[in-house]
Amino acid sequence: MEKFTSHTGTALPLRRSNVDTDQIIPAVYLKRVTRTGFEDGLFAAWRNDPEFVANKPEYQGVSILVAGPDFGTGSSREHAVWALMDYGFKVVLSSRFADIFRGNSGKAGLLSVPVEQDVIEQLWAAIEADPTTQITVDLESRTVTCGDLVAPFQIDDYTRYRLLNGLDDIGITLGHEADIAAYESKRPSWKPVTQHA
Amino acid sequence: MGKTLAEKVWDEHVVRSTPGEPDLLYIDLHLIHEVTSPQAFDGLRLAGRKVRRPDLTLATEDHNVPTLDWDKPIADPVSKTQVDTLRKNAEEFGVRLHPLGDVEQGIVHVVGPQLGLTQPGMTIVCGDSHTSTHGAFGAIAFGIGTSEVEHVLATQTLPQAKPKTMAVTVNGSLAEGVTAKDLILYLIAQTGTGGGQGYIVEYRGAAIEALSMEGRMTVCNMSIEWGAKAGMIAPDETTFAYIEGKAEAPKGAEWDAAVAHWRTLVTDADATFDKEIVIDAADVTPFVTWGTNPGQGAPLGANVPSPDDFEDPSDKLAAEKALEYMGLEAGQPLRSVKVDTVFVGSCTNGRIEDLRLAADIIKGHKVAEGTRLLVVPGSVRVRNQAMEEGLDKIFIEAGAEWRGAGCSMCLGMNPDTLQPQERSASTSNRNFEGRQGKGGRTHLVSVPVAAATAVKGTLASPADLSADLV
Repeated sequence: MEKFTSHTGTALPLRRSNVDTDQIIPAVYLKRVTRTGFEDGLFAAWRNDPEFVANKPEYQGVSILVAGPDFGTGSSREHAVWALMDYGFKVVLSSRFADIFRGNSGKAGLLSVPVEQDVIEQLWAAIEADPTTQITVDLESRTVTCGDLVAPFQIDDYTRYRLLNGLDDIGITLGHEADIAAYESKRPSWKPVTQHA
Repeated sequence: MGKTLAEKVWDEHVVRSTPGEPDLLYIDLHLIHEVTSPQAFDGLRLAGRKVRRPDLTLATEDHNVPTLDWDKPIADPVSKTQVDTLRKNAEEFGVRLHPLGDVEQGIVHVVGPQLGLTQPGMTIVCGDSHTSTHGAFGAIAFGIGTSEVEHVLATQTLPQAKPKTMAVTVNGSLAEGVTAKDLILYLIAQTGTGGGQGYIVEYRGAAIEALSMEGRMTVCNMSIEWGAKAGMIAPDETTFAYIEGKAEAPKGAEWDAAVAHWRTLVTDADATFDKEIVIDAADVTPFVTWGTNPGQGAPLGANVPSPDDFEDPSDKLAAEKALEYMGLEAGQPLRSVKVDTVFVGSCTNGRIEDLRLAADIIKGHKVAEGTRLLVVPGSVRVRNQAMEEGLDKIFIEAGAEWRGAGCSMCLGMNPDTLQPQERSASTSNRNFEGRQGKGGRTHLVSVPVAAATAVKGTLASPADLSADLV
């Protein structure tokens, strides 16, 4: 995973709440067996509409998504995170994220940043007034900066540490192999198994 | 101080706990399917890693498989690639797989319980958000992404921050004809899609205890639709009776030891929850959704709401967009909504009890002209059981389509999809835009409402059918 310390870029204002993962990437686009190439599926149904905000020329090359509340609800598909990243997004801001989406984004290296809805509103207004507006999301100081606006955000220390250092979760866990083996040796014998000797 | 059910099960699975880090949680059962696993196996291969515990892993084919001609090669080449990839991976990594044609093939959340693999006090994960279903047995069960699937395959553990706990107490009893599905749709309409976020929810109270295992699974299944990390119900005699004798259930002395432990899996009298919600079951009536998220629901007897009914500006905007997408007029009675397709199935309502209930209502009626009824059993075992009971004949005589097992129209990854602007009444779990097919319009309903709607051609409850006879 790539390290994430700070990112500055232009942003897409997505004035919608409850953007579920079926909207981020419809199920018909999930049939690939690779980890990349999902950008075509991103917001696929909405992108058919020429008026959809992401289709507007002024919002090409954006790398930060500013969305309404309850972003990423629904299906656990990590493809939603991959599609956002494949499209070019590095950061998503929303006042509330679904748990699975937020977990998935942290694993894949997309930074999901929770900020208050009034911050989202201010960002929407700033971007819509001037689509070249630059937003900086700094993981080190846990702040979102846009002009005079400086808004703090919460992220747990562990996820922040992993993202700052680009660490692979599996590698970290395998470092605790002895603990896992010790736990396994104490599991009750009546726990079910899927294969029988 | 005492512990909640969730805390007991959590604490029993902590492999390692360090301040400032998430707990490392042991996973008792890992269920996998063709859509969210290919990249995880690929990751293992690239890193030269093995599946640590193939004996705690089970794979089935469900999300994209056809429900017609399932004995022939899969026609859709992309679906075929995913299924073939799963078969190849299962063989290479030594994972037990129930492929198309096998009696245990079906929706992963129907298969686990029917095999007796889903048991109280377990931790169960799957690359599917409706893994919350298994919480009906008193397990901590939740959906994970593909990176986490890879993590569990490699280590049989997951780093997880301990969620908060919430109690949803449902007092009283559900009226006749009101089901677990109505209850959970009612609850989600109260809380919104984010109301459960960050919590493991324990459903309790007389109305929950009175539910069958199928009903409990329906409630826990839709926990994710109000954002909960997981939903759970304390195991009791109903739970034990359901598990006993199943293929992978403990036997003999092992059974006794297991049950003795399971009986301890209840929230202690002096335990406290971080949040509590109390519902009176008598307030729940047949409930349907009118919008494009599961929280946008109303009693079947109500009218389609107006965006002006909502105070919160983002709710108002969401309602406006939903009505436009759904092609509905504010103030229109929900009972006047004409339905093109009725779907009975999914991990929410595709079990034998659901099919029995649907057949009981359909029996002696015909599916309305211009409406189609699709009945998709949750697994091959459910399908066989239904056929033994003659339910298939009732459906076919009424003019329904009797299909093979799988996720089918719940998410439209296989050929079972809605056409643009086509409207469904669906016993599934999500009414998102395009979920059942691009431009498709979904109303989430209970099994009785689905069956009555198929007969009437408009959103209806079984009571509407008997009224016609008078």
